[in-house]
Amino acid sequence: MYKALADAIKDAEREKKSLAQVALAAESRDQGRPVEDIRAALMRALVVMRSAIEKGLVGDLYSASGLVGGDAAKLRTSAKGPLADTPFRDILTRALAVQEVNAAMGVIVAAPTAGGAGVLPAILTGLAKAKSVSDEKVVDGLATAGLIGAVVAERASLSGAEGGCQAETGAAAGMAAGAATEMLGGTPSQVGHAVALTMQGTLGLVCDPLGGLVELPCVFRNATGAAIALAGIEMALAGITFAIPVDEVIDVMGEIGREMDVRYRETAGGGLAATPTGRRLAKERLYQIKRADG
Amino acid sequence: MVSLLDIIGPVMVGPSSSHTAGACRLGLLARGLIGGTPQSGLLQLHGSFARTGEGHGTDKALVGGLLGFRPDDERIREALQIAEREGLDYKFEKVTIADAAHPNTVRINLELDGRKATMLGSSLGAGRILVQEIDGYPAEVTGNLHTIVLVAEDKKGSIAKITGILAEHDINIATLRVSRKERGGDAFMMIECDEEPDKKAGEELRALDWVRWTRRLPKVSGG
Repeated sequence: MYKALADAIKDAEREKKSLAQVALAAESRDQGRPVEDIRAALMRALVVMRSAIEKGLVGDLYSASGLVGGDAAKLRTSAKGPLADTPFRDILTRALAVQEVNAAMGVIVAAPTAGGAGVLPAILTGLAKAKSVSDEKVVDGLATAGLIGAVVAERASLSGAEGGCQAETGAAAGMAAGAATEMLGGTPSQVGHAVALTMQGTLGLVCDPLGGLVELPCVFRNATGAAIALAGIEMALAGITFAIPVDEVIDVMGEIGREMDVRYRETAGGGLAATPTGRRLAKERLYQIKRADG
Repeated sequence: MVSLLDIIGPVMVGPSSSHTAGACRLGLLARGLIGGTPQSGLLQLHGSFARTGEGHGTDKALVGGLLGFRPDDERIREALQIAEREGLDYKFEKVTIADAAHPNTVRINLELDGRKATMLGSSLGAGRILVQEIDGYPAEVTGNLHTIVLVAEDKKGSIAKITGILAEHDINIATLRVSRKERGGDAFMMIECDEEPDKKAGEELRALDWVRWTRRLPKVSGG
């Protein structure tokens, strides 16, 4: 797989191909698997993503601690808010839905991780619905997203314990923005700018879940991550460019992650987890989980 | 080498790729090691597995793996109750294995029909796992491929004999590693195979009089 998005973009431009095609060809070479086989696996992932969204929209799922759940349904049915009846609102709702399913031990696709699993399906399926995009194109989007995630894994990190939330929902937002930009007709170069424009907005984001559980703020950070990705897509498709090359933005995300104090890397030692209320809720709810299981 | 399908995947029961999917995979490998659903299991949790495991369903995922559930099997949610019904007597303990051990580490001690097996493994993030110790032997099993593990007397020519049997069964060896506890002691072999080794290959290896025991561990990760 590629170690720099710049190389993939160069190959795509030279061969007059999409980044999805370039990514699928590289994966096929690396793994010795036919492209159709890889596409079939991505299609299976898409089916699971859609089914998680459907389950999450019902609004009857709660996490083990009871700290999160039911909010996707609230957003789906609310008539208030400036984004009611827009694809933007629909996408935020889908992001919450997937993460609520995840927190309730439902089946999701880790993309790139379970904690950031809401952003990519929300953006791709939400925009596919709004713009009538075929499943084949959405699968292409998943391939492009996989390419971007692989480059982030190689150059920085995809783990909150290593790099904070910028490495989970931040990376997911970058993957989603790049994939959707291509899905909506953007050029390979515009994909690069979409990733950079999105990930500059999540740099420094800490991983500070209450009690160390993938619940709060993780569920909501998938929705805000999707919102940042939409901003990146909108700007890139308008032809806006980001002066710092995308691979350098990814590198600096990794650097910030390595410099980040351990309190802000999934340990519940800092950030929201360490606020007075965060500590109190974690203590109460973790006790409740133990009682329920014991 | 990073694969697209590692990034867009795995399909899994939430909430955490390291605490849930990775834990389930460790349980599946331990089940392979004892050769079925164990009658008793002592699961010793270290670090973050001990601290936040309950809220992440790490306990359910580990026991689910011991029952043979894959990471995307929704029965993981009820794994503790199912274990009781199926006669798997499990117990959890919070321990410090070593200060330097990976934060998500578990030692699994199992018994089935008088046989015992222990395995020490860690969940490295994004669902990836690494088994570092099997029955006290230093190990390195990722579950990305089908793996045969066996303990044999330290005997010249043993590797040639074993690879010969696998070749006869048309099984290609991807990697082969040998470790031992001391010089002249038994040899511990880990053989990663591109194809799933059939039961017959396992039986032929077991029939060698200098092989003490052998097990086939399933492929639990990868696309």
